[in-house]
Amino acid sequence: MEMISDRDRRISVDELNTSRLLAHARKETSRRGLDDVLVIDVDAHHYENEHMREILPFIENDVQRQLALQSGGRTDRGGLLPGAVGYQDMGGRVTRFALRGSEKTDPGKHRDIQLGQRWMDAMSVDYSCLFPTGMLTVGLHPQPDVEVDLCWAYNRWITEKVLPESDGRFFSMLNLPMSEPDAALRTVETFGHRKGVTGFMITAVRHLPVHHNSLMKVYRAIEERGLALAFHSGVNWGENVFKGCNRFISVHALGFSFYNIIHCTNWVVNGMGERLPKLPVIWIESGLAWVPFLMQRLDHEYMMRSSECPLLRKKPSDYMRDMYYSSQPMEVQDMNLLESTFRAINAETQLLWSSDYPHWDFDLPTVVWDLPFLSEKAKHNIVGGNAARLFKLPPRNEKQQANLKRFGNPPG
Amino acid sequence: MAKREHFVGKADEFKDGDRRIVFVGDTEIGLFKNQGEFYAYSNTCLHQAGPACEGMIISKVEEKILPDGTSAGLYFSDTVTHFVCPWHGYEYNLKTGVCAADRRLRLRKYDVMQKDDGVYVIV
Repeated sequence: MEMISDRDRRISVDELNTSRLLAHARKETSRRGLDDVLVIDVDAHHYENEHMREILPFIENDVQRQLALQSGGRTDRGGLLPGAVGYQDMGGRVTRFALRGSEKTDPGKHRDIQLGQRWMDAMSVDYSCLFPTGMLTVGLHPQPDVEVDLCWAYNRWITEKVLPESDGRFFSMLNLPMSEPDAALRTVETFGHRKGVTGFMITAVRHLPVHHNSLMKVYRAIEERGLALAFHSGVNWGENVFKGCNRFISVHALGFSFYNIIHCTNWVVNGMGERLPKLPVIWIESGLAWVPFLMQRLDHEYMMRSSECPLLRKKPSDYMRDMYYSSQPMEVQDMNLLESTFRAINAETQLLWSSDYPHWDFDLPTVVWDLPFLSEKAKHNIVGGNAARLFKLPPRNEKQQANLKRFGNPPG
Repeated sequence: MAKREHFVGKADEFKDGDRRIVFVGDTEIGLFKNQGEFYAYSNTCLHQAGPACEGMIISKVEEKILPDGTSAGLYFSDTVTHFVCPWHGYEYNLKTGVCAADRRLRLRKYDVMQKDDGVYVIV
């Protein structure tokens, strides 16, 4: 196959085969013995927009379903989802984006499951939490009722058509239509018991006062079911504050952290940790560098402005340390800062490794495994033990079971 | 251990812009032909061990700054070519193996020789 380089030059590359692309990942994880370690990826993706013909028939409203099938029933988003300007693949430098359609899968098992298991096997990943890609922007949809329809359709499709074919290796935290609290509650009540559902996810790219009274019933319902709540961040060049940026690196570097910073701030200062003490909250795909920043900023101001946070019984950073963080994209350029970050967030129990594969800045589990300042226990916990405890996932072989017991993580 | 010559292919099999991955035991090497010369590097990216030599080959992106300090936009270099690790986009100078974003980092380079009509990498 050919990619277009500079000055229309053509560069020959092989058609995509994920196992071949990630052959080095297999070598690296195998060399470190990670098949004997339970590795759980709490943030991975598929391109559900390539299966809209399968998803859209699950839309409940007859009128919307007809509109969607006609305009969006192609294999892309059509006119259904807010698009975004961006250059994730950097002009083809990250080749798997352009080559995605060339990868062959076999009949029988769902394509996304086959593709997913290829990269999971390459990275020694036992379980993976599957999230959408196109629908990460659903929070920007100008029509709240369409957001409801699309979330419902996707959630039905993934729980009825995709997860059941994954041999138990995929799970998900389902998309909440947060623009309509009643619909979000119905989502929790309908899907909360389904196999493979370990929680619910808010697409963080939205303007949402997460502390609003109308949303408490949604959070309570998740908490009552012993499930988790995740905030999955994203990028949005259309956000006013980013319109002054002229390069995608700026929007990407700042945006992912920006949305979760705002939601986390609202969550903490409004005492949600006190009001929902049993609800595990996970902050996904914002990296880690923002966490000590926010801890310091909020603690500093809280000491002087405690009258504005009357529900808090401890410092904001203490509430933040009670929550969970996915590791990707781990900012590894300064090991001293990273070590301080791990200490600040109590990474040994609160950090959850994630790949974000197949997106452009994915991390291997070796990113955590190779950190020089981590104890063996912390490594085992972060790559899988913490997630196993949180999502009640069992080991897949005896050595994994022995390792879980060794480091105090109850096996499933 | 003494270095040895490993035959890669016949010189006339390579045209400018070609690249081939060579396996010498456990060592993977990316061989490039560019502007009539051969270059060979470790095929293991310094970032997270991706297949550094198997992705895009593309000229370096430069930015033109005018004497008054204003930007006249981006352009492709006429003289510097990069090869790009397909996993995450780490770029390396094709002639030197130096990482574009951090010049302290450099892929291991291997000597290439042409003998008779063959191309050999020295490992």
